Amino acid sequence: MKKGTLKQILLITDGCSNKGEDPAVTAALAKQQGITVNVIGILDDDQTEDPEGLQEVEDIALSGGGVSQLVYKQALSQTVQTVTKQAMTQTLQGFVNQELKQILGPEQSLEEVEPEKRGEIMEVVEDMGETCDLEVLVLTDTSASMHDKLPTVKEALIDLSVSLNARIGRNRFCIFSFPGKRKDMEKVLDWSPKLDSISTIFPKLTSGGITPTGPAIREAVYQFGKKGLLKNLRDEDEPGVEEAGY
Amino acid sequence: MNQAWKKQGINIRPGTVITGKWHQHRYVIKQKLGNGAIGSVYLCERNGHYGALKISENATSMTVEVNVLKSLGKVQGSRLGPSLMDVDDWEASRNSTYSFYVMEYLRGESLSGFIKKRGHEWTGIFMLQLLEDLEHLHQAGWVFGDFKSENLIVLSHPPKVRWIDVGGTTQIGRAIKEYTEFYDRGYWGLGSRKAEPSYDLFAFVMVFLNIYYPKRFEKGTSPKATLLKKLYDVRQLRVYRECLKKALLGNYQSSSEMRHDLLHAMNHARRPVRSHNRSDRRDSGKAPLAEGGGIMLAALFYYLSSFMLP
Ligand SMILES: Nc1ncnc2c1ncn2[C@@H]1O[C@H](COP(=O)(O)OP(=O)(O)OP(=O)(O)O)[C@@H](O)[C@H]1O
Ligand SMILES: [Mg+2]
Repeated sequence: MKKGTLKQILLITDGCSNKGEDPAVTAALAKQQGITVNVIGILDDDQTEDPEGLQEVEDIALSGGGVSQLVYKQALSQTVQTVTKQAMTQTLQGFVNQELKQILGPEQSLEEVEPEKRGEIMEVVEDMGETCDLEVLVLTDTSASMHDKLPTVKEALIDLSVSLNARIGRNRFCIFSFPGKRKDMEKVLDWSPKLDSISTIFPKLTSGGITPTGPAIREAVYQFGKKGLLKNLRDEDEPGVEEAGY
Repeated sequence: MNQAWKKQGINIRPGTVITGKWHQHRYVIKQKLGNGAIGSVYLCERNGHYGALKISENATSMTVEVNVLKSLGKVQGSRLGPSLMDVDDWEASRNSTYSFYVMEYLRGESLSGFIKKRGHEWTGIFMLQLLEDLEHLHQAGWVFGDFKSENLIVLSHPPKVRWIDVGGTTQIGRAIKEYTEFYDRGYWGLGSRKAEPSYDLFAFVMVFLNIYYPKRFEKGTSPKATLLKKLYDVRQLRVYRECLKKALLGNYQSSSEMRHDLLHAMNHARRPVRSHNRSDRRDSGKAPLAEGGGIMLAALFYYLSSFMLP
């Protein structure tokens, strides 16, 4: 199987969208283009585990083919990593299951294979997860209610890059925040292999009540494409930055 | 799949019979042993034999753990992790199927519980035991990863510390699969999350710090300084201090190197420890310390002789 690049959007939010198109729609659109949308909903300390308003979190991830999780601020670091890795495994397992179907027929997935044979399949999935290249676009809500959560988000993202950079495969991250000053979202950090640099540049707050989650996801998808375009233009100037194989 | 990540155990009533879908073995559930991030573990019985049955909705994670248990079972010279007895699925109802595996039931108590009861003299012995097992593991190409107090259990006769929950065990050179912040050198800013022997040795030290700081501690503004201060503040770890420090700083390449240093420190520290103890007794009239030293000697003798008499 060919080694590819996994593409993920990681949406971090604490509330509902209230502007523009339905985020479940734009997430589905992302999925159709091979980009998984994962969502982390941050709960306030006094919120229960199942607040009605955050149903959207699960809906976006479901239509974006990704993983979702509601979490209290304190557990954010571990959750960001679990969700990212879980989504990678899920996507890779999807690939492997497809291959399996071609070999074994349409009904086959991991659960339908006898336990003895699952081991080998998971070894393939793990190998791929360790060696594949990964691109994560972090899309973080910076509306007023996120104020006291942003330092934790920052810590969690730095920690994510520490974890992912221990892999054999390469990683690229970029960070956008929404709402932006004039647009639906705003660039915080351009594509880069590490996130340590965000300590100094993490977003200043945009106050105000709008949360254009749907449009922001649409914009985010565009960022993957744009990078591809730039890549072609820049290839000669920056060898090694974008090359796929070793 | 999303739901599987919510931390909720699977509740099975004692007396329930679990029959494997593939191998048709029948297990009677006795009691719950624990809940974890991935699933729940139950004491079970089959044909008069006990086992620990781990069950989860997440076939993927279970398969990864089973792979590790199988690999560990092949390592010669040490029993690393519980041995694996069966792997199967349970169709609890028409639309709910769980994955489970059955492993050796390890009955014992926590490291800190044991040490509290039987004395700090055992600390060094458990260090040597653990380093010996880690050396075997590393030689076989694996790193334990999620090395922490909760994943260790002390069996009684003779006292031997064993590993449970091998979910974090990772092939050397890869990214650590699972870790716990307090034990993770990446969290303390003292190294990467790449699976290397030194990753386990850092966590190893944290296991022993955790015994003396059961509530753990914050990393503060200068994590490294915090750690070293905490280490130096524990009187009971004085003998091992330099070795532990070296491990925290990532300066041991292998467990055997660290074990060698520890053994050396222990052999040479016996006398000072006793004399200090004696003066303690004079001052406070507290614990009978000569006896403590005696236990340590006996334990050390027992441990060393276990090598000579195979
Ligand atoms: N072989 C065993 N013998 C006895 N008890 C066991 C055994 N395996 C697990 N347990 C008990 O069950 C608990 C949960 O098991 P385990 O740690 O494997 O689950 P987990 O889902 O991997 O948890 P986590 O990864 O959060 O530590 C353990 O803390 C321990 O108390
Ligand atoms: Mg585990």
